[in-house]
Amino acid sequence: MSAVKNPNPALIVGKYAALAFYLIFALFPLYWLLKIGLTPDALIYSEGTRLFPSEITFSNFTTVIFQTDFVAYFRNSLVVSLGAAFFTTLFAAGAGYAFSRFVFAGKRIIIALMLVTQMFPLLMIIAPIYKIVAELGLLNSLTSLIVVYTAFNIPFATFLMQSFFDGIPKDLEDAAMMDGCSRFQALCKVVFPLTLPGLGATLGFVFTAAWSELLFALMLISKNDAMTFPVGLLTFVSKFSVDWGQMMAAGVLALIPSCLFFIFIQRYLVQGLTSGAVKG
Amino acid sequence: MARIELRDVAKRYGSVEVLRNIDLEIQDGEFIVLVGPSGCGKSTLLRMVAGLEPISSGDFLIDGERMNDVRPRDRDIAMVFQSYALYPHMDVARNMGFSMEIRKDPVAERKSKVAQAAETLGLSNLTDRLPKALSGGQRQRVAMGRAIIRDPQAFLFDEPLSNLDAALRVEMRLEIARLHQKLSATMIYVTHDQVEALTLADRIVVLNGGDIQQVGSPLELYERPANKFVAQFIGSPTMNVVPVIGTDTGVTAGNGAAIELPDQPLTAQAKELGVRPEHIDVVDNGTGDLSAVADVVEHLGSDTNIYVNVEGIGSMMVRKHGNIPVNSGEQLGLRIQTENAHLFADDGTALRPVA
Amino acid sequence: MEGKPVIDRAQKTVRPGETRARRSLYLQYMVEPFFYLSPAILLIGAVIMIPLIIGISYSFQSIELLKPFASGWIGFENYVDLWSDRKFWIAMENTLFWTFWSITFQFLLGLGLAMLLNTQFFGKKLFQALVFLPWAVPTFLSALTWAWLFNPVIGPLPHWLAALGILSEPYNILGDPELAMWGPITANIWFGVPFFAITLLAALQSIPGELYEAAEVDGATPWQTFTKITLPFLAPMIAITVMLRTIWIANFADLIFVMTGGGPANSTQILSTYIFTTAFRKLDFGYASTIAVALLVILLIYAVILLWLRKKLVKI
Repeated sequence: MSAVKNPNPALIVGKYAALAFYLIFALFPLYWLLKIGLTPDALIYSEGTRLFPSEITFSNFTTVIFQTDFVAYFRNSLVVSLGAAFFTTLFAAGAGYAFSRFVFAGKRIIIALMLVTQMFPLLMIIAPIYKIVAELGLLNSLTSLIVVYTAFNIPFATFLMQSFFDGIPKDLEDAAMMDGCSRFQALCKVVFPLTLPGLGATLGFVFTAAWSELLFALMLISKNDAMTFPVGLLTFVSKFSVDWGQMMAAGVLALIPSCLFFIFIQRYLVQGLTSGAVKG
Repeated sequence: MARIELRDVAKRYGSVEVLRNIDLEIQDGEFIVLVGPSGCGKSTLLRMVAGLEPISSGDFLIDGERMNDVRPRDRDIAMVFQSYALYPHMDVARNMGFSMEIRKDPVAERKSKVAQAAETLGLSNLTDRLPKALSGGQRQRVAMGRAIIRDPQAFLFDEPLSNLDAALRVEMRLEIARLHQKLSATMIYVTHDQVEALTLADRIVVLNGGDIQQVGSPLELYERPANKFVAQFIGSPTMNVVPVIGTDTGVTAGNGAAIELPDQPLTAQAKELGVRPEHIDVVDNGTGDLSAVADVVEHLGSDTNIYVNVEGIGSMMVRKHGNIPVNSGEQLGLRIQTENAHLFADDGTALRPVA
Repeated sequence: MEGKPVIDRAQKTVRPGETRARRSLYLQYMVEPFFYLSPAILLIGAVIMIPLIIGISYSFQSIELLKPFASGWIGFENYVDLWSDRKFWIAMENTLFWTFWSITFQFLLGLGLAMLLNTQFFGKKLFQALVFLPWAVPTFLSALTWAWLFNPVIGPLPHWLAALGILSEPYNILGDPELAMWGPITANIWFGVPFFAITLLAALQSIPGELYEAAEVDGATPWQTFTKITLPFLAPMIAITVMLRTIWIANFADLIFVMTGGGPANSTQILSTYIFTTAFRKLDFGYASTIAVALLVILLIYAVILLWLRKKLVKI
């Protein structure tokens, strides 16, 4: 009964049914978001639960873009997420490189500390950070958000970068150093070009995380002109508590950048984790 | 070109000492092979010469100048890695010219040197390929090209042939020998393959467990190994070593057979007798020093390998030139060529006639 | 940074024995890693470690912004209050419920997805990108989306559930204390399956193919192959991922905060939302830190037990 190469047809049907289930489960909520965003206001209630609206309109989108602070939120989020992604990737690349290539005193302790930061309730330090940021006079500034997001994302990004560096043979740097490079030159000319996928994945990962962060943004930002997307959208909820169409439209727009980034990076994420997993 | 000296060099990782008391003087233009079992520290020693590993203690000199704290890039030494370490994102030409690119040498000079090296190594029509599009042998050549293009003071090879198949290995071994003749540069070559060591080296350094066991020419190591380790490591097939009891005129083997060793003094201290398979003669049953039963016979055409069982001693191997008509299960007499026998003391050191 | 001396030295070429070159390579090897590490360490220290210590110290103080004159060190008073705080124990129970069901479904669905993605089928690349998409959706937006889906006015879910006979009539389960927790849990499953699938897929891909071939030659059934090869190989990754994810989910307040705010009647109040509301609704930072320390201790115990189990059970 063993080595029959033609698989059971029931299994194939089952497999495609499973694929369909995952696809619908993943996409249906997003479809619903889009659907309500496109439904004309007049039909939202009467067709609230219909799968396809009988008419579609882009007016919700245009209203959100041109008549609310949406563009400002978008810009703030972009600044914060790009800033955090850039600095996190830079610092995490350095730290990951050090973990991957050097044996040094205190390495275990530093790794342990980084693991601990992944563990405790972030809420625990929300209050102290609020106080510190307030005393520095940095409340309602995007800088404080960039600094906080960078610090919080460094540990995971470091482990991710380390697994990418581990995938690059040490011999290559040694060869570059024999060829006349300093270690830093070897890093820039040989290692760096080979880790581009890893850097891209890390960049995208942090960008996505920063783009969706809510609690710190909620706490450190209270002025409308410094609000990031999540906070802004929450104010939408309270301000226009009945205008579903606009909220959904804003939601769809908020999704675009992180989804674009994510589709680009998800392949590399698996790759980065694979090289790490091999080592156990 | 360079004369390289190591004076009482040691390497420690924390409290673990992986190399100790390394004293070695390498002459200008000499081809030195570091050989030993895996984990003996040979690659570490090479990497210390390269500057890729810091030296824990002792002095490392090139042409009389202390270079311990000089960085790899400033030592003017080229290295060929076991994995070849070709830069995957650069084509062959750029790989070979990378050192000149780093040193900001004129582009025209770089191009001509790359072309010249590619010509020498038969890579001329591959210069625009990426390493992943090359075969193992071609990658090996690129790695060598990258080294020779710099015209360095010394070349280091870290098991460069171990990733090649047998035929290619022989070919590249010849290539390296030719390269050494042509450049007459100082070369240090690490391998665990004693055939490479014997064929390439001017002098071989045998390492084991972090110590230098012996330094000498291939013939010296073959004919006069300093201890049992070297005796068994150098030479193929491996030397037979049997426990014996030393007497005034020879030794007595475990089965009571007495073997006269007129050429050897100090026989009284001997604890083990070593004989290479090619230094045992097959004689008629009942004559010779030992009587044995042939176990497995391998006819190689040029040679015959006979694995024998000697009662009271165990299995030994005999190798004779040509085709010897011996069958499995046959009773044989063995005669030991006493002038080529080796005696080892309790601690494994070889007992030698005082010259 | 290092650029300057590099150029210098290249021009000087080999000058051994000179004062500058004397700077031991050893020293350099000791110092160099910290050159790469320091920005990360400094930031983590300043933004996470120091506030963490301050945060722990808060739990021994009375810091209520509404009662500024009552502040000061109060020893273990907050902890005593915590012990007799009924809301704390409810939140603890809810945390267990929330974490357990979230992680169970995330893991099982994630494993299934990873195994599907480890096979070949038409359009796999596109499929992978699409099913991983929920992870990229900002959490607050996932929360809002699911809240809307559960709203009978604009969402289809209550109607479907009623049609299936699960609900007696299409109403919003987020308003029902009995069922409210399943709302955020569903959203969490939706959001978290991709993470499990990605890590498990990575682990699956690192299992050498020869093992499966060997098993096939030995006549193993697919189920045997799964239990004897796949699972043991995945075990280390599963242990780590489940541990990290459990901790993360127990700390994860966004979904509940946006969907139900802890209500109705505290039925969805988990420890982390309780911390948040204590700190930012009641402005009682001292007590909020006390709850946080309690949560931290629970999580640490959990992590230690899991790591110990992993050591005992995983032989690879």
